[in-house]
Amino acid sequence: MSEQLEKPVNTKAIKELLSLNDSARIKSWLSICSRCGLCAESCFFYLAKNRDPKLSPAYKVKATLLEIYKRKGNVDRAFLQKCHDIAWGECTTCKRCSLFCPFGIDIATMISTVRSICSSQGVVPEGLVRTSANYRESGNQMGMATEDFVETCTWMAEEACDDVRGVEIPIDKAGARIMYTVNAREPMYYPQDISMMAQIFTVAGESWTVPSTGWDCTNLPMFAGDKALAGQVVKNMYSKALSLGVEAIAITECGHAYRSARFEGPYLAGYRDGNPPVPIIHSVRLFYEYLRDGRIKIDPAKLIEAPVTYQDPCNISRNGGLWREGREIIQYLARDFRDMSPNSEYNHCCGGGGGFIPMGPEFKRRRMESGKVKAEQIRATGTKIVIAPCHNCTDQINDLNKEYQLGIKVVSFKELITEMMLLPDHLKPVEAEEK
Amino acid sequence: MIELYEFLTGPAVWVSFSIFIGGLLVRTIYLLGVSLERDRVFYNHVDMKWGLRSIFHWLVPLGSRSLRAQPVFGIASFVFHLFLFVVPLFLQAHNMLLHEAFGVSLPSLPESLSDILTIVFLAAGVILLIRRLVKPEVRILTSAWDYFLLLFTCLPFVTGLFAYHQIGPYQSMLIIHIVSAEALLILIPFTKLSHVVLFFFSRAFIGFEMGTRRGAKTW
Repeated sequence: MSEQLEKPVNTKAIKELLSLNDSARIKSWLSICSRCGLCAESCFFYLAKNRDPKLSPAYKVKATLLEIYKRKGNVDRAFLQKCHDIAWGECTTCKRCSLFCPFGIDIATMISTVRSICSSQGVVPEGLVRTSANYRESGNQMGMATEDFVETCTWMAEEACDDVRGVEIPIDKAGARIMYTVNAREPMYYPQDISMMAQIFTVAGESWTVPSTGWDCTNLPMFAGDKALAGQVVKNMYSKALSLGVEAIAITECGHAYRSARFEGPYLAGYRDGNPPVPIIHSVRLFYEYLRDGRIKIDPAKLIEAPVTYQDPCNISRNGGLWREGREIIQYLARDFRDMSPNSEYNHCCGGGGGFIPMGPEFKRRRMESGKVKAEQIRATGTKIVIAPCHNCTDQINDLNKEYQLGIKVVSFKELITEMMLLPDHLKPVEAEEK
Repeated sequence: MIELYEFLTGPAVWVSFSIFIGGLLVRTIYLLGVSLERDRVFYNHVDMKWGLRSIFHWLVPLGSRSLRAQPVFGIASFVFHLFLFVVPLFLQAHNMLLHEAFGVSLPSLPESLSDILTIVFLAAGVILLIRRLVKPEVRILTSAWDYFLLLFTCLPFVTGLFAYHQIGPYQSMLIIHIVSAEALLILIPFTKLSHVVLFFFSRAFIGFEMGTRRGAKTW
């Protein structure tokens, strides 16, 4: 640590970043914030830690970015370490505070700028450094080799045939309607997610493909403050979609991947008009359309009777605009839906967003503390089933379940839909017919 | 004293208003200039419906979820901002000066009403000050300069009220009233008070960013 602190700071790089980021927005935001403190109540870090005023969003910016600008980038390692603790340890860039600020100041964008500045000096949480190295080498956060990924898909297609006849996972199929991208954790740790999605696509009669490159839609460099690498990650995905000539890129049940692909990615990858070159569709929207259009039908005998609640992932609901679709899907699946409070675009982050989960064990304590707000929200619904269409939300809520003894089960839409959908006769598995 | 008064109500008015309006104009144009290259995101997702709703809900009293959660502050800040404009613009004494100088003036409020509005304005200012002092999450953000700006914004109102009612030394009170009001106008473009104009841009932006792009309300 002391060695770390003695390493010289490359002030020139910081100055360059300050000048690069010195937009009219940041200039205005930093100068007009009137210190009204309204943002404090919006932040779950603040609420979870006994309303510690140092956890109000405005304070976090004042203590970091404003100070860096005031000092014109001349900061030392100790100060950068403090910025690191705030920008990663006390903010998930969930953007909830922007809805509560009279000026609509986008604090998350400023915290991301602080992350970039820290990143330029190598002051980044270890867990994120590791994933960045993986992206650089392999294009995905787990460092998985292409052949392993393709092999996993083949294997999962075989597995899926046990449940749905004739499931295939087409790799690099040019001209398919949809290019389906996953979170690298799926092929690595939860391959059944791919199998489930393949079943859903098959039953819905979708024309789809999985790409052999650019298949990991996650973008942790976006949270690690490495904008160049983050841009490269989305470019891999966009260019693959363009070369396959698909109509849209579909994103698995992952929150930040949607934020990256649809909203921030175009800017990171240098698209001046801010639009991705290929339309992006999140699986929450896709499932909603399948159910609405009757392409997927749910077995009424399997409707969930027990009360369920819905975790609005920040990057799907507030930052993705899909809170209605999420609830519409639930109407098809469960009889007793009980919303959390607050919910939809106002919902609180679970505490696992913004890179928190991959930031690893050194941040776990804080993650459990700040997750108190979510744990209480869930407890108050009185439900034992939480639907969470995001891997980070799922991991965090599973951890909260243990920490706060909630006695709940976290499920994804994929799991529920594959379990509950009606199979047309020609798709019923061979074994079932023989019986 | 007469010369000073004449200077303050003559050339000094021109100077302070020029700096106030010119300063805000220059600052806004400068920021718009910067934004052309660095804030494409501001222009890429324009939808005036979302922009205007984002502005409107924060102009009306308790128009936002955030302020409804803190109604005392919500009402106090609304009253403070509204009367900050209404009292000086529609004050009879000001309009008489305006009429003398240009032969035109705005309609005037009855003097007793202006008195009441001034007192309500100051009461709102006191609430804002107390809130700054007692709420830890506000106090921690507040610097000496923030306290100064709040008090300084109230100064022309206190001195105006006192001068009108001839409380204290009339002439000095009047001079302080005019000087502080002119100084306040000059400060606006260079401080956070520039939110009088920049508010509309930052609110429009978040309206586009969260509304146009995501359909999420920002109020």
